[in-house]
Amino acid sequence: MRDKILYIIAAVAVLLLARDIYLFTGFPPERNQGVIFKIIFFHVPMAITALTCAMVAFVASVLFLITKRFQFDALAVAVTEVGLAFLAGNLITGSIWGRVAWGIWWTWDARLTSALVCWLLYAGYLMLRNAIEEPTQRATFAAVFSIFAFIDVPIVIFSIKWWRTQHPQPVFWGGGSFPPDWKAVFGWQMLAIMLLGVVFTMVRLRQEQFQREIDSLRRMAHAL
Amino acid sequence: MTAFVRQVLVIMAKDLRAELRTKEAINASLSFALVVLLLFSFAFDPSEETTREISGGLLWIVFAFAGTLLLNRSFARELNNDCLDALISAPISGAALFLGKALANYLLVLAVELIALPLFGVFYNVRWTSQFWQLMMVIFLATWGMTVTGTIFSALTVNIRLREVMLPILNFPILIPALLGAMQLTSSLVAGNPITSANDSWLKMLIGFDVMYTAVSVALVETVLVGG
Repeated sequence: MRDKILYIIAAVAVLLLARDIYLFTGFPPERNQGVIFKIIFFHVPMAITALTCAMVAFVASVLFLITKRFQFDALAVAVTEVGLAFLAGNLITGSIWGRVAWGIWWTWDARLTSALVCWLLYAGYLMLRNAIEEPTQRATFAAVFSIFAFIDVPIVIFSIKWWRTQHPQPVFWGGGSFPPDWKAVFGWQMLAIMLLGVVFTMVRLRQEQFQREIDSLRRMAHAL
Repeated sequence: MTAFVRQVLVIMAKDLRAELRTKEAINASLSFALVVLLLFSFAFDPSEETTREISGGLLWIVFAFAGTLLLNRSFARELNNDCLDALISAPISGAALFLGKALANYLLVLAVELIALPLFGVFYNVRWTSQFWQLMMVIFLATWGMTVTGTIFSALTVNIRLREVMLPILNFPILIPALLGAMQLTSSLVAGNPITSANDSWLKMLIGFDVMYTAVSVALVETVLVGG
């Protein structure tokens, strides 16, 4: 049953993605930036998906500390890894855009810097997990660190924003305008990337469960 | 004096006494701060003007690295003879243990900073005292932020592989907002400009950072100590 749901969501995500790519490649190039502007169809949904992942990881970590049920720990690690991958995608697409639009791969602008800091925060989470053997201790410490990291995200974003900004104003929540048909495709693309995130998380979650089963079988074999 | 405050002070006094008798961490931290201060003189032209401009960054990098050496020892010191287990099973709350250790670390890190600061002034010919009290306030606030997260991560990493490496990997990214604020304020204070309404938002951020992480650490420390 769960596999079927996974396959259906995956199929929907891939179909949506294909349709969106077909549609927005047909759009005319943007007036000032040309074709490279269309990277926004990947860049922004990836950032929002990554942020959603951080939120889910926070909730799962809190739930783990309250209930001590390992499903929540598995969800936290799965969703953090997926979020980290999407944030990496966001940083890379942003860098490609920057090379074309600004002529440089990287600049210490507010949003770029805070995205990188968030990436480092959650990379630290995964490194912490790797360094701990014992499952209960690993889950507990990782959950504590995840809470610390999530609280840091807004502080990082605001403090670095005070520091400096040269990132283009967001197209959606301030300045800039999108033609209606672009907006529609963007919405579908948002959904497609989100669904992709769900699929990755489910696959990773399944791995985590198998890993736990293997571990318990191994312990049983040792006990015999 | 309530029991809680007394417990905090006992733990603090114990840690300070243990450290001041051996001086192992504080000596290492001080000499490390000196070495980094020296290394910076090769990185740029150490004239007064350039140094003032980057003084905030320079000082806080020294403070953060030297502080990490001290914080690493905070819980690792208790591993010998299973002292940590004894402390956890002692009839005091995890919060008292945490705050006592954090206060001891705070005083030690501050001591290293307050020795490194005049040395910085001497080595780089910088008159840094013109806004002395405001600079002290920034140092006190940012150091508390650094110590409180450093102490809880010191507890988090004490039993794991690669302990010495994990603490800075976890602590520095979390600290970035506090360090950024401290660097901005320190640079402008060392240059002789007092904090005005233009940059007092950094101060508010530092205070918010301290309050928030102190609260979260105190709330979660029991979980960390028992879970470890």
